[in-house]
Amino acid sequence: MSTASFERGYNAFKEKIDAPIASYFSSCVHCGMCAQACMFFTETGDPKYTPIYKLEPMRKVWEQEYTLLGKLKALLGISQKLTDAELAEWQELIYGSCTLCGRCSMVCPVGNDLAYMIHKAREGIAAAGHAPKGLIDATKRAVIIGSAMGVKLATLQAQIKHTEHNTGIRIPLDEPGVDYLVILSALEVVNFPEYLEALAKIMKQADKTWTLSSIAFEATNPGLQIGVSDIAKELVSRVINVAEELGVSTVISPECGHAYTAIRWEGPNLIGRSFSFKVQHILEVLDELREQGKLKTEGFEKARLTFHDPCQLIRRGGVIEQPRHLLKMVATHFVEMEDPGKMNWCCGGGGGLVTQEESEELRTKAFNRKKTQLDALEVDTLVTACSNCRIVLEEGFEAYEMEMPVVGLTEMVAEHLVESEV
Amino acid sequence: MNWELGNFVPIYYNQDLTGFGNLFFLRTFIFRKSYKGKNMSTPQTIYESLHHQGFSRRDFLKFCGISATIMGLSPSMIPRIAKALENTPKKSVIWLSFQECTGCTESLIRAHAPTIEGLIFDHISLDYHHTLQAASGRAAEQARENAMKEHHGDYLLVVDGSIPMGNPGYSTSAGISSLDMLKEVASGAGAIIAIGTCAAYGGLPHAAPNPTGAVSVEELITNKPLINIPGCPPIPAVIAGVISYIVTFGQLPKRDSLKRPITFFGQNIHDRCYRRSFYDQGLFANSFDDEGAKKGWCLYKLGCKGPVTYNACATTKWNENVSFPIEAGHGCLGCSEPHFWDAGHFYQALSVPTREIVGTAGYALAAGAAVGVASAMLNKKKKVDATKNHETVTIHDLERTSS
Amino acid sequence: MNYVDFLLWVRGPAFQIATAIFIFGLSWRLLEILSLSRKPELAVVRERGIAGGFRTIFRRFLPVDDNTFQRSAFIITAGYIFHLGFFIILLLFVPHILFFREFFGFSWPGLPTPVIGIITIMTLLALIALLINRMRHPVLRFLSGFEDYFVWIVTFLPVLTGYMAFHHFFHYPLMLALHILSVELLMIVFPFTKLMHTFTWFISRWYTGSRAAQKGVQV
Repeated sequence: MSTASFERGYNAFKEKIDAPIASYFSSCVHCGMCAQACMFFTETGDPKYTPIYKLEPMRKVWEQEYTLLGKLKALLGISQKLTDAELAEWQELIYGSCTLCGRCSMVCPVGNDLAYMIHKAREGIAAAGHAPKGLIDATKRAVIIGSAMGVKLATLQAQIKHTEHNTGIRIPLDEPGVDYLVILSALEVVNFPEYLEALAKIMKQADKTWTLSSIAFEATNPGLQIGVSDIAKELVSRVINVAEELGVSTVISPECGHAYTAIRWEGPNLIGRSFSFKVQHILEVLDELREQGKLKTEGFEKARLTFHDPCQLIRRGGVIEQPRHLLKMVATHFVEMEDPGKMNWCCGGGGGLVTQEESEELRTKAFNRKKTQLDALEVDTLVTACSNCRIVLEEGFEAYEMEMPVVGLTEMVAEHLVESEV
Repeated sequence: MNWELGNFVPIYYNQDLTGFGNLFFLRTFIFRKSYKGKNMSTPQTIYESLHHQGFSRRDFLKFCGISATIMGLSPSMIPRIAKALENTPKKSVIWLSFQECTGCTESLIRAHAPTIEGLIFDHISLDYHHTLQAASGRAAEQARENAMKEHHGDYLLVVDGSIPMGNPGYSTSAGISSLDMLKEVASGAGAIIAIGTCAAYGGLPHAAPNPTGAVSVEELITNKPLINIPGCPPIPAVIAGVISYIVTFGQLPKRDSLKRPITFFGQNIHDRCYRRSFYDQGLFANSFDDEGAKKGWCLYKLGCKGPVTYNACATTKWNENVSFPIEAGHGCLGCSEPHFWDAGHFYQALSVPTREIVGTAGYALAAGAAVGVASAMLNKKKKVDATKNHETVTIHDLERTSS
Repeated sequence: MNYVDFLLWVRGPAFQIATAIFIFGLSWRLLEILSLSRKPELAVVRERGIAGGFRTIFRRFLPVDDNTFQRSAFIITAGYIFHLGFFIILLLFVPHILFFREFFGFSWPGLPTPVIGIITIMTLLALIALLINRMRHPVLRFLSGFEDYFVWIVTFLPVLTGYMAFHHFFHYPLMLALHILSVELLMIVFPFTKLMHTFTWFISRWYTGSRAAQKGVQV
C-alpha cells in the first residue's frame, strides 16, 4: 500500500518539469520584481515570500536532474541535494502564503510564469505528504462526499426547493440534451442561494434550456488547489462524464475562480483530450446573451460601486471585459479600482489558502492591500464574481472594521431583469 | 697589424626627386681620415678628433648642445657632455651582422651634411662592420680579433640580425657560425647594443613558422649589460642618440621592461600621434584614399598598431623630422615591438582577434549541439521514466503513515 | 611573460578558446532546456498562441502598468541604463564593430566615440548603483548568492577596463590585454551562470505569452 513519501514527491517534481520551467529557471536574474507584485511581501516586508524563492526545491530538482552542469555540481558536492525536511519547510511558502493569483507572472521582466511553476511545485510537495492538513481534508471531502464543504445532494435538493418556491421557476435536474449544464460551488449552495435564483430567472427570460446534475453538481476542485493532477482529474471527470452523457452543448462554470480554471483550461489537459461540449463562465454566458439581445434589464444601481476581479477568472482565465459590459448595463456609478482588470490584487483567499487556519493572520495582513485599493475609491458597494472571494472579502472587511457590502454580479444583473418577462 | 680608421669609404646615394613618398636619398661622403703617426697608446679624444677635422670650439659646443637635445637632457648638461667628449677616448665598436637585411645600417648612415651621425662615427672606432668596412676576408677578421684583444672588456658589441638556432650553418661568416661569433665576441665586450627588431626580439626571421629557429641576442647572452634599440629599422637619430649617450657617459641609459631606452621608447605612438584627436572623436579612414584618408583621419580601422607601439616615430620622425608612416597615410606596423609580424594582419584593427574565429565557433557549435543532444536524450529518458514511475495519487496518499 | 606576449596571447589563442567555450556552452544549454518540451494545449483556445508569444516578447520590455513601475522604479531604470548602455557600447563602438565585421562579414555605422564615452560612464554608475541596491535591499540581499556577485564582477570588469584602456589609463597595451582578458572571462562563465538569460529571456517570454494569449489575456 503506497503512501506519501519523499521519493514520490521527488518523482512528481521530475514529471512536472518541462521546457518552460527550465527556461524560467535559466532566465531568473534575482531582480526581486516578483516580490513587489506579491501582496504577501508588500504587506509584510518579509523577503521569504518572494515568489521565486518559493520555487527553490523545484529549482534544485531541475538543476540536478535535468542539467549536466547540475549533475556535475551534485557529484562534486558543490550543490546541496533536496531533502524531505526542506519540502516540509516549504509548505508554508508554497501553500501557506500563495494563492496562485499570478500577479508575479505579470511583472517578471524575463517573462517567467511563476504561478504556473508554483502550481506544478505543489505536485511534488503534496506527493511527499507535506500539503497542509486543512487542504488535505477539504480534498478528501471533495472526493468522498462530492464537495469540499461536505455538501451532499440532500442539501442541494433542499436548496432547489427553496429556489423553486422563491422564483416560481422549475429547476431542472438531470435533463439530457439541454443548452447548458449548470455546476455550482458549494458556497453558492450554502451561502449564496441568490445565485441559483438569478440563474433560473435569466435562463427563463432568455428562453434557454438547462439542467443541474444530481451526481455532478460541484464545480470546485480542491485537487487543483492542492496541486495533485490525479485528484483534480478525478474531480473534474465527474462533471465531464455527466456533461457528455447528458449530451449538453455547454457547461456553465459558476461564480468561482478556480472552478473555471479547473474545467475550462485544465480539464481537457487533465483527461488528455478535448471536450465535445463548450465551457463558459456564467459571466461569459450573460455577456453573450446581452449581445444577442436576450438579456433585458431596466433601471440602474444607485450606489457607487466597483468590481473586484477574481484572479483565476480574469488574470488567469481571460474573462476580463464581460463583467465590465454587464456592470455598465445595470450601474451608472461604476468606477474601476486602481490596478483594475488583469492587474487587480488578490482577495487573499484563493488557491486553497482559506482552508489553512495557520495562515489566517497572514491573510488578514495581506488584505490590507485590498483595503488600500478600496479606501482610495470611496465606494458604497463591492461587486465580484466568485463566492470564495465574497467570503474572504467579507471576512477581511470585518477584520478591518469596514462597512462594505459585497454583491455577486449575476445576482445584481438578475435584480434588474425586466419583470414582465420573468 | 695596426688597424686604424684611415680608409676612404665613399658611399653614393641616388637622389630621387620624383616625390614618391617622403623618402629621399642624399649624396654624401663619409670620410675616414688617417691618423698615421699618432701614438696608439694615447687614443685621440672625440674633441681632438673634431678639432682635427676643422671644427671650431664653437662648433663643438653646438654639437654638444644638439646631442643633449637628442638625448632628452637639459641644457645644463651641456658642460658635462663637453667635458666628457673632451676627455673620452674613442670607443672601440665591433658590429656583428647576422640574419639581417642591412636595413639598420642603411638607416644609421642616412645622413645629410652636416651629419650628426657621421660625426659620431668619427668618434667611435668602428673596428668591424661587414658593409662599411673596406677590408674583407682574413684582413677583416684580423681587425676584429685585434680590437677584441686590445680593448678586451671595454669594447662595445653592436649586433644586428637574429641568430639561427635550427642549424648553425644557416648564418655564417668566415666559416664561423653566428652563434659562435656572438658568444666569442660577447665574452670580452663591455656592453652589448642589439640594433633592430631582429637582434632585439628575433624580428622577421622569427616570424611564424620561424624556419631557422631564430632567436634574439638577449635570449643567448644574459651576463652582459644589454640594450635593445628595436625598430624595423630604428630611426637614425635614435641609434645615434643612444650610442652618443653610451660614449658620453660610459653607461647604458635607463631602459624599460623590454630593455629599450626610455628616452626614445617610453611613449607610445598613439599618445604622440598628430591624428589622435580624430581617434578620440571616432573619425576613421575606411580605406586608403577615401574621404577620411584624404582628410587625415585616424588609421585605426586600417590596422594602425600605434596604440600598442613604443617608439619615437611620432615626435622625432624620419628623414630629419620630415614624416613618419602615419603622416604618410599608412598605419603603424608596430615594428619596434616583439613579434609584430605575428600580431595580427597588418590591415586589421587591434580589436580583431589574431586567430581565425568563425571556424572555431562553427566547431564549437557542433560540439555543443552534440553534448546538448546527449543531454536532451538523457532528459527525455528521465522524464519518461518518471512518468512510468508515477503511482496514482489518491486521497489516501496525501499524508505520511505513522511509521 | 612581457606585456607584448600577454597581449598577443589574449588576442590569439585565449580568444579562440573563449569563443569556443562560449558557443559550445550556449548550444549545449539551449538544447538542454528546449529538450524538455511542453505539452500541447488541449483546451479550446481564444487566440493562437504563437502570435501572442511574440507580442509578449515585445510588451514585456515595458512594465505592465504605472504602479508596477513605481514599486520597482529603481531596478527598472538602473537596469535599463545598464543594459542599453552595455549593448550600445558593445555594438556601436567602432573598434567593436570591426571585430563583428570579422565574425559576421558585415558591419554597420557606429556612434561618435565621445558619445560612447559618456554612455560608458553612465553604464558604470548604473552597475555600481545596482550592486549597492543588491547588497542593501531586503529582497535582493535575501535572494543573492555567490553567483549573483560573481556575475556582477565579470560584467563590470569589461566595461571598466575598456574605458580605462581607451583613455590610456596606465599602460595601454597592458590595459587592452586586461580588457580582452576580462571579456574572455565573461564569455567562458557565460553559459554556466544566470547570464544565460541573455538568450533565454525571449524563450521564457514566448512560453508565458503564448499560454496567456490562448486564454485571451495580454501579458
